[in-house]
Amino acid sequence: MIDCKHNTELLSQSYDRPITLRERIAMRMHLMMCRGCRNFEKQLTFLRKAARELPRKL
Amino acid sequence: MSDIDPEELQGHRSHLIRYAMLQLRDPNLAEDVVQETLVAAIESRAKFAAQSSPRTWLVGILKHKIIDLLRKRAREPQLNVAEGEDENELVDALFKENGHWADPPQTWNAPEQSLENAHFWNVFEQCNQRMPLNTARAFMMREFMEMSTDEICQELGISTTNCWVILHRARLALRECLDMNWFGNAR
Repeated sequence: MIDCKHNTELLSQSYDRPITLRERIAMRMHLMMCRGCRNFEKQLTFLRKAARELPRKL
Repeated sequence: MSDIDPEELQGHRSHLIRYAMLQLRDPNLAEDVVQETLVAAIESRAKFAAQSSPRTWLVGILKHKIIDLLRKRAREPQLNVAEGEDENELVDALFKENGHWADPPQTWNAPEQSLENAHFWNVFEQCNQRMPLNTARAFMMREFMEMSTDEICQELGISTTNCWVILHRARLALRECLDMNWFGNAR
Protein backbone atom coordinates (compact mmCIF):
# COMPACT_ATOMS: atom_id res chain seq x y z
CA MET A 1 0.00 0.00 0.00
CA ILE A 2 1.50 3.33 -1.02
CA ASP A 3 1.38 6.36 1.27
CA CYS A 4 0.00 9.83 0.51
CA LYS A 5 3.39 11.30 -0.27
CA HIS A 6 4.15 8.63 -2.88
CA ASN A 7 0.60 8.74 -4.18
CA THR A 8 0.75 12.49 -4.84
CA GLU A 9 4.01 11.95 -6.76
CA LEU A 10 2.31 9.38 -8.97
CA LEU A 11 -0.76 11.57 -9.44
CA SER A 12 1.45 14.43 -10.49
CA GLN A 13 3.50 12.25 -12.85
CA SER A 14 0.33 10.95 -14.47
CA TYR A 15 0.12 14.47 -15.91
CA ASP A 16 3.62 14.24 -17.35
CA ARG A 17 4.16 10.67 -18.52
CA PRO A 18 2.19 7.50 -19.28
CA ILE A 19 1.89 5.56 -16.06
CA THR A 20 1.99 1.77 -15.78
CA LEU A 21 -1.00 -0.40 -14.99
CA ARG A 22 0.55 -1.35 -11.68
CA GLU A 23 0.94 2.31 -10.74
CA ARG A 24 -2.60 3.06 -11.79
CA ILE A 25 -3.97 0.29 -9.61
CA ALA A 26 -1.90 1.43 -6.64
CA MET A 27 -3.24 4.97 -7.04
CA ARG A 28 -6.85 3.85 -7.36
CA MET A 29 -6.56 1.65 -4.27
CA HIS A 30 -5.14 4.52 -2.29
CA LEU A 31 -7.70 7.03 -3.55
CA MET A 32 -10.59 4.78 -2.54
CA MET A 33 -9.48 5.10 1.03
CA CYS A 34 -8.08 8.61 1.22
CA ARG A 35 -10.23 11.71 1.02
CA GLY A 36 -7.26 14.09 1.24
CA CYS A 37 -5.71 12.57 -1.89
CA ARG A 38 -9.07 12.61 -3.69
CA ASN A 39 -9.26 16.33 -3.04
CA PHE A 40 -5.65 16.69 -4.16
CA GLU A 41 -6.41 14.87 -7.42
CA LYS A 42 -9.32 17.20 -8.22
CA GLN A 43 -7.18 20.21 -7.41
CA LEU A 44 -4.40 19.03 -9.75
CA THR A 45 -6.94 18.87 -12.56
CA PHE A 46 -8.02 22.39 -11.68
CA LEU A 47 -4.42 23.68 -11.63
CA ARG A 48 -3.84 22.41 -15.15
CA LYS A 49 -7.08 23.92 -16.37
CA ALA A 50 -6.31 27.25 -14.73
CA ALA A 51 -2.75 27.45 -16.09
CA ARG A 52 -3.96 26.67 -19.59
CA GLU A 53 -6.61 29.31 -19.39
CA LEU A 54 -4.21 31.93 -18.08
CA PRO A 55 -3.10 33.30 -21.49
CA ARG A 56 -6.70 34.32 -22.16
CA LYS A 57 -7.15 35.87 -18.75
CA LEU A 58 -4.16 38.16 -18.49
CA MET B 1 -1.93 45.31 -48.48
CA SER B 2 -3.05 46.60 -45.13
CA ASP B 3 -0.87 48.19 -42.53
CA ILE B 4 -0.93 47.46 -38.87
CA ASP B 5 -2.27 50.26 -36.80
CA PRO B 6 0.56 51.05 -34.36
CA GLU B 7 -2.00 51.89 -31.72
CA GLU B 8 -3.65 48.54 -32.06
CA LEU B 9 -0.27 46.89 -31.63
CA GLN B 10 0.44 48.98 -28.54
CA GLY B 11 -2.90 47.84 -27.15
CA HIS B 12 -1.62 44.26 -27.09
CA ARG B 13 1.71 45.22 -25.64
CA SER B 14 0.86 45.21 -21.93
CA HIS B 15 -0.84 41.83 -22.30
CA LEU B 16 2.25 40.41 -23.99
CA ILE B 17 4.54 41.88 -21.33
CA ARG B 18 2.50 40.22 -18.59
CA TYR B 19 2.65 36.94 -20.43
CA ALA B 20 6.41 37.16 -20.91
CA MET B 21 6.97 38.22 -17.29
CA LEU B 22 5.21 35.12 -16.01
CA GLN B 23 7.67 32.99 -17.86
CA LEU B 24 10.85 35.07 -17.59
CA ARG B 25 10.39 37.19 -14.46
CA ASP B 26 12.86 39.71 -15.72
CA PRO B 27 11.47 43.03 -17.01
CA ASN B 28 14.38 43.60 -19.38
CA LEU B 29 14.16 40.16 -20.96
CA ALA B 30 10.37 40.45 -21.16
CA GLU B 31 10.72 43.82 -22.85
CA ASP B 32 13.19 42.35 -25.37
CA VAL B 33 11.06 39.37 -26.40
CA VAL B 34 7.94 41.49 -26.71
CA GLN B 35 9.84 43.97 -28.85
CA GLU B 36 11.02 41.15 -31.11
CA THR B 37 7.47 39.84 -31.29
CA LEU B 38 6.07 43.19 -32.36
CA VAL B 39 8.79 43.57 -34.97
CA ALA B 40 8.00 40.09 -36.31
CA ALA B 41 4.32 41.02 -36.42
CA ILE B 42 5.03 44.15 -38.41
CA GLU B 43 7.22 42.18 -40.81
CA SER B 44 4.36 39.83 -41.57
CA ARG B 45 1.59 42.38 -41.47
CA ALA B 46 -0.44 40.65 -44.18
CA LYS B 47 -0.82 37.65 -41.89
CA PHE B 48 -1.66 39.91 -39.01
CA ALA B 49 -4.49 41.51 -40.93
CA ALA B 50 -5.97 38.10 -41.71
CA GLN B 51 -6.18 37.07 -38.08
CA SER B 52 -9.56 36.76 -36.45
CA SER B 53 -7.82 36.94 -33.12
CA PRO B 54 -4.64 39.03 -33.44
CA ARG B 55 -3.85 38.60 -29.76
CA THR B 56 -3.76 34.81 -29.97
CA TRP B 57 -1.56 35.10 -33.02
CA LEU B 58 0.81 37.50 -31.24
CA VAL B 59 0.98 35.21 -28.21
CA GLY B 60 1.87 32.37 -30.57
CA ILE B 61 4.85 34.35 -31.88
CA LEU B 62 5.81 35.41 -28.37
CA LYS B 63 5.85 31.78 -27.19
CA HIS B 64 8.42 30.92 -29.85
CA LYS B 65 10.55 33.93 -28.92
CA ILE B 66 10.47 32.93 -25.26
CA ILE B 67 11.39 29.33 -26.05
CA ASP B 68 14.28 30.53 -28.23
CA LEU B 69 15.52 32.75 -25.44
CA LEU B 70 15.28 30.01 -22.79
CA ARG B 71 17.07 27.64 -25.12
CA LYS B 72 19.92 30.09 -25.58
CA ARG B 73 20.18 30.70 -21.87
CA ALA B 74 20.04 27.01 -20.99
CA ARG B 75 23.30 26.62 -22.89
CA GLU B 76 24.88 29.29 -20.76
CA PRO B 77 26.35 27.95 -17.56
CA GLN B 78 24.62 30.35 -15.14
CA LEU B 79 21.23 28.77 -15.58
CA ASN B 80 21.50 25.71 -13.48
CA VAL B 81 18.10 24.37 -12.65
CA ALA B 82 18.68 22.07 -9.75
CA GLU B 83 21.10 24.30 -7.94
CA GLY B 84 20.08 26.27 -4.91
CA GLU B 85 16.45 25.37 -5.21
CA ASP B 86 16.00 22.77 -2.57
CA GLU B 87 12.32 22.62 -1.96
CA ASN B 88 12.40 19.50 0.15
CA GLU B 89 11.43 21.76 2.99
CA LEU B 90 8.01 22.21 1.47
CA VAL B 91 7.49 18.49 0.95
CA ASP B 92 8.68 17.78 4.49
CA ALA B 93 6.21 20.30 5.87
CA LEU B 94 3.28 18.85 3.94
CA PHE B 95 3.77 15.21 4.91
CA LYS B 96 4.38 13.45 8.18
CA GLU B 97 7.26 11.06 8.56
CA ASN B 98 5.00 8.09 7.85
CA GLY B 99 4.12 9.63 4.46
CA HIS B 100 0.60 10.74 5.39
CA TRP B 101 -0.65 14.28 4.91
CA ALA B 102 0.21 16.52 7.84
CA ASP B 103 -2.96 18.39 6.96
CA PRO B 104 -5.08 16.61 4.31
CA PRO B 105 -6.34 18.84 1.48
CA GLN B 106 -9.87 20.10 2.02
CA THR B 107 -12.47 20.50 -0.69
CA TRP B 108 -12.26 23.69 -2.74
CA ASN B 109 -15.51 25.52 -3.04
CA ALA B 110 -16.69 26.19 -6.63
CA PRO B 111 -13.24 26.36 -8.25
CA GLU B 112 -14.75 26.81 -11.73
CA GLN B 113 -16.27 30.11 -10.71
CA SER B 114 -12.86 31.37 -9.65
CA LEU B 115 -11.74 31.20 -13.26
CA GLU B 116 -14.16 34.01 -14.03
CA ASN B 117 -12.90 36.20 -11.20
CA ALA B 118 -10.19 38.73 -12.07
CA HIS B 119 -8.92 38.76 -8.51
CA PHE B 120 -8.30 35.02 -8.66
CA TRP B 121 -5.86 35.55 -11.52
CA ASN B 122 -3.94 38.11 -9.48
CA VAL B 123 -3.59 35.58 -6.69
CA PHE B 124 -2.57 32.94 -9.23
CA GLU B 125 0.16 35.21 -10.62
CA GLN B 126 1.38 36.06 -7.14
CA CYS B 127 1.53 32.39 -6.17
CA ASN B 128 3.49 31.71 -9.33
CA GLN B 129 5.96 34.44 -8.40
CA ARG B 130 6.52 32.98 -4.97
CA MET B 131 7.88 29.78 -6.44
CA PRO B 132 11.62 29.57 -7.00
CA LEU B 133 12.40 30.87 -10.47
CA ASN B 134 13.29 27.62 -12.17
CA THR B 135 10.47 25.66 -10.54
CA ALA B 136 7.98 28.22 -11.80
CA ARG B 137 9.66 28.25 -15.17
CA ALA B 138 9.41 24.48 -15.62
CA PHE B 139 5.79 24.52 -14.46
CA MET B 140 4.83 27.29 -16.86
CA MET B 141 6.62 25.60 -19.75
CA ARG B 142 4.58 22.49 -19.02
CA GLU B 143 1.16 23.91 -18.24
CA PHE B 144 1.11 27.32 -19.80
CA MET B 145 3.15 26.82 -22.94
CA GLU B 146 2.06 23.17 -23.11
CA MET B 147 5.51 21.79 -23.86
CA SER B 148 6.17 18.08 -23.38
CA THR B 149 8.27 16.91 -20.45
CA ASP B 150 10.95 15.77 -22.90
CA GLU B 151 11.16 19.20 -24.46
CA ILE B 152 11.42 20.85 -21.06
CA CYS B 153 14.22 18.52 -19.93
CA GLN B 154 16.07 19.27 -23.10
CA GLU B 155 15.61 23.02 -22.88
CA LEU B 156 16.61 23.16 -19.23
CA GLY B 157 19.33 20.54 -19.55
CA ILE B 158 18.03 18.36 -16.71
CA SER B 159 17.18 14.68 -16.40
CA THR B 160 13.64 13.44 -16.92
CA THR B 161 13.37 12.31 -13.31
CA ASN B 162 14.51 15.69 -12.08
CA CYS B 163 11.94 17.29 -14.33
CA TRP B 164 9.09 15.22 -12.80
CA VAL B 165 10.28 16.09 -9.32
CA ILE B 166 10.39 19.81 -10.11
CA LEU B 167 6.94 19.75 -11.72
CA HIS B 168 5.51 17.88 -8.75
CA ARG B 169 6.96 20.40 -6.29
CA ALA B 170 5.58 23.23 -8.37
CA ARG B 171 2.09 21.74 -8.19
CA LEU B 172 2.34 21.14 -4.45
CA ALA B 173 3.52 24.71 -3.91
CA LEU B 174 0.91 26.28 -6.14
CA ARG B 175 -1.87 24.18 -4.63
CA GLU B 176 -0.80 25.17 -1.14
CA CYS B 177 -0.60 28.84 -2.02
CA LEU B 178 -4.03 28.94 -3.68
CA ASP B 179 -5.47 26.95 -0.80
CA MET B 180 -4.24 29.50 1.73
CA ASN B 181 -4.75 32.68 -0.24
CA TRP B 182 -7.81 32.05 -2.32
CA PHE B 183 -9.86 29.04 -1.29
CA GLY B 184 -9.72 30.16 2.29
CA ASN B 185 -8.38 27.07 3.97
CA ALA B 186 -5.82 29.06 5.94
CA ARG B 187 -4.80 27.24 9.04
